[in-house]
Amino acid sequence: MSDYNFAYLDEQTKRMIRRALLKAVAIPGYQVPFASREMPMPYGWGTGGVQVTAACLVPEDTLKVIDQGADDTTNAVSIRGFFARVADVATTQRTVEASIIQTRHRIPETPLREDQILVYQVPIPEPLRFLEPRETQTRKMHALAEYVLMHVRLYEDIARHGEIAKSYAYPVRVEGRYVMDPSPIPKFDNPKLGDCPALQLFGAGREQRIYALPPYTRVESLDFEDYPFKASKPDQPCALCGASDSYLDEVITDDAGSRMFVCSDTDYCRERRAAGHRGLMAAPFEDDADAELPQ
Amino acid sequence: MSTPLLETDGLTKRYGSRIGCAGVSFTLWPGEVMGIVGESGSGKSTLLSCLAGHLASDAGQIRYRDRHGETHLPATMSEAARRRLAREEWAYVHQNPRDGLRMGVSAGGNIGEPLMARGQRHYGDIREAALSWLERVEIARDRIDDPPRAFSGGMQQRLQIARALVNNPRLVFMDEPTGGLDVSVQARLLDLLRGLVRDLGLSAVIVTHDLAVVRLLADRLMVMQGGYVVESGLTDQVLDDPQHAYTQLLVSSVLQV
Repeated sequence: MSDYNFAYLDEQTKRMIRRALLKAVAIPGYQVPFASREMPMPYGWGTGGVQVTAACLVPEDTLKVIDQGADDTTNAVSIRGFFARVADVATTQRTVEASIIQTRHRIPETPLREDQILVYQVPIPEPLRFLEPRETQTRKMHALAEYVLMHVRLYEDIARHGEIAKSYAYPVRVEGRYVMDPSPIPKFDNPKLGDCPALQLFGAGREQRIYALPPYTRVESLDFEDYPFKASKPDQPCALCGASDSYLDEVITDDAGSRMFVCSDTDYCRERRAAGHRGLMAAPFEDDADAELPQ
Repeated sequence: MSTPLLETDGLTKRYGSRIGCAGVSFTLWPGEVMGIVGESGSGKSTLLSCLAGHLASDAGQIRYRDRHGETHLPATMSEAARRRLAREEWAYVHQNPRDGLRMGVSAGGNIGEPLMARGQRHYGDIREAALSWLERVEIARDRIDDPPRAFSGGMQQRLQIARALVNNPRLVFMDEPTGGLDVSVQARLLDLLRGLVRDLGLSAVIVTHDLAVVRLLADRLMVMQGGYVVESGLTDQVLDDPQHAYTQLLVSSVLQV
């Protein structure tokens, strides 16, 4: 064990965050203020998510951290290393093995279970922020459930682009009441927010807000009757595992315009390749899930 | 005999020790246009803000009867209920179109917003309503996707009127609707307003310092000075045969061309 208190934060801070979490779960979609702490990483690196994770962790937990779907990018590696050091919890890259999953910008493709918690890192929790800069006004709009500005924005999108062009951080309405920013997940992931068996917690460190979706919450993406919400993704199968049902990243492979589309969820892609699925550009499969990643 | 739409009784608003408006009582009947005239600082805008619920009055009562015949006391309602009432029954036309429009949102979005606020969720219908209202306020259909800041002052004011009226309000509050426009544009706007008010059977309260505006639009007139109503009556009667000294001054101050 390290010189830090379990999971870095002191017990009083964790209690304070847990109280905020309880309130957030009691009022789905409502942004609960909390006294966000300085964390040993810069704002924008997931300080909100880290604090929520720290308040939820118990020694028996298995932690998975995703950054844009991947387990092996800087943000994911450093946060996983952080908790391995200050909480000494088991870590994993496999969605099915994890009890707490901290994520930045994605929801895993593998369906979640009731015994799992998904923690989102949120940069800007206020869905109305770029439509109404005054915090006093946005609070009033939430209090009175006056969300017409959101639809004005969608109207403008259709008038200008012929469709709703918002492709990430797509606003949702929770249980017919609060409009919520689902953090910058692609709108492809929006349908997974609703009716999800896992508890979903959202932490914004710089903005000092926590909100939550309890299991099996009704979540609707805002849209128009004649321009219904569409969860979109590149119209391709994954080049490595051949999956046609997962969200894809576009990877530029040279300076002559060549590109490939691969699953953004690295765990999902690896599991499929392990099961023998092959995409058009797949190399022979080597399982690296348990390999030591650079810390 | 129909019932009154809006009744006020001893409406008073103070700013500290100064008087905004004091003891204003009047009755507005369905389909009637009431003009409020007076010099700058006479309390006419304060009165309008109190009526529209933008300002809380200090004393007196406002009673409003909605389209279902139910009577509301806006002063004692919760803010949510008052805003719902304002959304469904009223409209407000500001003197400066910048206050009543979203300058960064297209003309169509501006007209569509009140519809969406009332739960309209069909893009095609919203678009159709916006186009038909643009036509009614004499703005070309192909300007629907332009933002108001690309419009001239007169067009902005007409757009604001379209946005105010798209929800079929029963009562419209107008604060100097022709202020800041040149005379030929004013004339067209007045023509348009008169047509709309007559066609739609609107009730309206119009605040202005321009006697020509009330002569054209208003059925009845209240003259205000120093926060008090000094004279009221039928428009033609007040303007042609002013009784109060201040009204006489006001009427005789108008330049004859």
